[in-house]
Amino acid sequence: MAHKLRTFGEGGVHPHEFKFFTNESSIRNAPIPPEAVIPLQQHMGAPAECLVEAGDTVREGMLIGKASGVFSANVHSSIPGKVKEIRDIYLATGMPCKAVVVEFEGEFERGDNGPLQWQDKDPRELLDLIREQGIVGMGGATFPTPIKFTTREASPVETFVINGVECEPFLTADHRLMLEKTAGILEGIEIVRRVLSPRSVLFGVEENKPDAIEALGREIARRSADIEVVVLKTRYPQGDEKQLLKALTGREVPSGGLPLDIGAVVSNVGTVYAIYEAVALGKPLIERIVTVTGPALKNPANFKVRIGTPVGNLLEECGGFSASPGKIVAGGPMMGFAVADPGVPVVKGTSGILVLSEKQSKPVLQTPCIGCGRCVSACPFGLSPTTLYKWIEHREYQEAMTAGLMDCKECGCCGYVCPAHIPLIQGMKLGKQMARRKG
Amino acid sequence: MADVKTTWNARVTVSPHLHEGSSTAKIMISVIACLLPAGVWGVFLFGLYSLYVILVSIAACVLTEFILARLLGRFTLNDWSAVLTGLLIGYNMPPSVPIYLPVIASVFAIGVVKMAFGGLGRNWMNPALAGRVFLTFSWTGFMTTWKTPLTWRSDAVTSATVLGYVKSGLVDFQGTALGPVEFLASKGYPLPDLPGFLAPLGRLFPGRYGALFLGNIPGCIGEVSAVLLLLGSIYLLVKKIISWEIPVSYIGSFALLIWFLGGRPFGAGLFTGDVLFHLLAGGLVLGALYMATDMVSSPLTRSGMIIYGVGAGFLTFLIRIYGSFPEGVSLAIIIMNMFVPLINRMTRPVVFGYVKEGKE
Repeated sequence: MAHKLRTFGEGGVHPHEFKFFTNESSIRNAPIPPEAVIPLQQHMGAPAECLVEAGDTVREGMLIGKASGVFSANVHSSIPGKVKEIRDIYLATGMPCKAVVVEFEGEFERGDNGPLQWQDKDPRELLDLIREQGIVGMGGATFPTPIKFTTREASPVETFVINGVECEPFLTADHRLMLEKTAGILEGIEIVRRVLSPRSVLFGVEENKPDAIEALGREIARRSADIEVVVLKTRYPQGDEKQLLKALTGREVPSGGLPLDIGAVVSNVGTVYAIYEAVALGKPLIERIVTVTGPALKNPANFKVRIGTPVGNLLEECGGFSASPGKIVAGGPMMGFAVADPGVPVVKGTSGILVLSEKQSKPVLQTPCIGCGRCVSACPFGLSPTTLYKWIEHREYQEAMTAGLMDCKECGCCGYVCPAHIPLIQGMKLGKQMARRKG
Repeated sequence: MADVKTTWNARVTVSPHLHEGSSTAKIMISVIACLLPAGVWGVFLFGLYSLYVILVSIAACVLTEFILARLLGRFTLNDWSAVLTGLLIGYNMPPSVPIYLPVIASVFAIGVVKMAFGGLGRNWMNPALAGRVFLTFSWTGFMTTWKTPLTWRSDAVTSATVLGYVKSGLVDFQGTALGPVEFLASKGYPLPDLPGFLAPLGRLFPGRYGALFLGNIPGCIGEVSAVLLLLGSIYLLVKKIISWEIPVSYIGSFALLIWFLGGRPFGAGLFTGDVLFHLLAGGLVLGALYMATDMVSSPLTRSGMIIYGVGAGFLTFLIRIYGSFPEGVSLAIIIMNMFVPLINRMTRPVVFGYVKEGKE
């Protein structure tokens, strides 16, 4: 790596990585939850339509929520058992949602029908399979994958990008997946290649995962696959798809646009692996890799977790707290959501559960903005967070929109550097909601 | 111990859940700490009364802010900005100033410039500089009476600052000189020797430039020692507490203009200005590194900071060389302070995903 590593443009931060807690720990199966709480909305878009009632018996992988329209996704039961109730719950994001509560009962049917022959299916059939199995983006945004893969006639896909960046501190789920399921990921890529027929395939990984880079390189060479692994300089938020594309291609996705506007499709490694399982093994999206970690947790680990497993169960599996927890976060520390209730379930987009220490979560005195401009320098999207915040504080949402509020991805760089400890991201989230309500 | 499955007692806040660890108070305290060596030098040079001036300035600022914030039902002293303002006011006082002047400057700075506009972050001008300029126009005599360095025992020994001496000397100057340093020498401008234990320093930085660099010259309490102010600023620059854009563009543009035109008043040609002299004499180092970089009253973006710095450099040059004041740093900075909202508006960053002009 003598040459300069590629990375995105302006802004960004490099927080302490904290990956050492779990980057050496192999993925283990988390215990089957006695009760899985499976939300009907685990994706961006409309909630799935509930297909079951209390008292119904469900099998593992059975469809229990049907996508209600194009912008939605199927939901499957992650365990066999009996539907106890359909309950109103709050997701980790704080959004209310209906969830199917399945009590674990009966047996797993080990239907060992071997790998499916997907090679002779045409792209449309593969896309249908991906849709049926409820695949959504596993990086956190949970954008329904079939929509992303529905390309337009006019604009062919130049580049398919696999996002193995995992720039959030603490998280190692994608890292371990790349290391342990390298072959599956590469087969997933071949499936996507058949769907999208991209001209090139780029695999972006940050330099802080040398073992994963090596494993990918070896497997690619063994299969002589046409995939270029691009090692990127470690920087947050490089895993944002727009920033990743900037790093890899030097091009910017237009404001308000999709990667497809510059001929690119980006998928997370987790998504690609889920596609492999869905298409080649016929398995719907009912589990995912979750990093359960943090300084106030006894035994941090990477787990393969059934969707709907309550967060509390995972923490218990890690031996509980080692110190008084300051904050418990679903997702990464930069963009994740603080969770108040141990019953909140793991969903398709949950990449990690963090138990932060008292010290890390102590509220800090908020002081007035002193106009230091650090948020402006840190913003990778070229916004002036302090200006936006002031507009929002004064309820001038239209002005905030003009200043680029909707271009904010809430990556958290501004809040991370603000010496006045102003809740800038809270302001952005509020501003967007209010602006949408008014507009 | 909290139980994993029942009670967490964990906090719930919006992301991000990590922070780099900076705070307003830490920024203020760092700047204060980096300013201290220059103040110690000032007190050494001009006597204990200077320390009294500095302490009274700080006390007056802190008290004014405490009372005014209290009236609004607030407490704001824990951001340490009032202490920094007080320290800077003290540093900007001539050593023999009557003690009520820094008090007036402090009350004006905190009361009128800062709190009347809404407190920290809302002041559109550097409060300490506003206080100094307020005094300069209102009590010009006291504000332009300087003490000869190292004359602790006699209060009566006064002399003009180097800049003041050159300025007034040039008024009826007919001949030509190579520049300000030779001009000072020809007029017999006195510079005391450093005391014995500092003599090695004097040998290391000899002559009049050495005296300017070390700060063995008359001037405001905290502005004279260029070397100590520079040393302190290295820490601030490395820690990115002050941005390099402002001091570099300020000092750079000023130096270029002085080099280009600074020789003219001495009857010398273009490109003969004595840059080093103008950088080291007077308040430029303190101003460019510690006052123009005040976050509140300087622009947000890097390009804005450069525009602001160049503007301040240009104005300082204009006032010093063509104006009636020997100095110019304070006025230049507060005039540029007023342009900051405009500069911020002009230099909005380009939002990601908008095609930059001329590209693609």
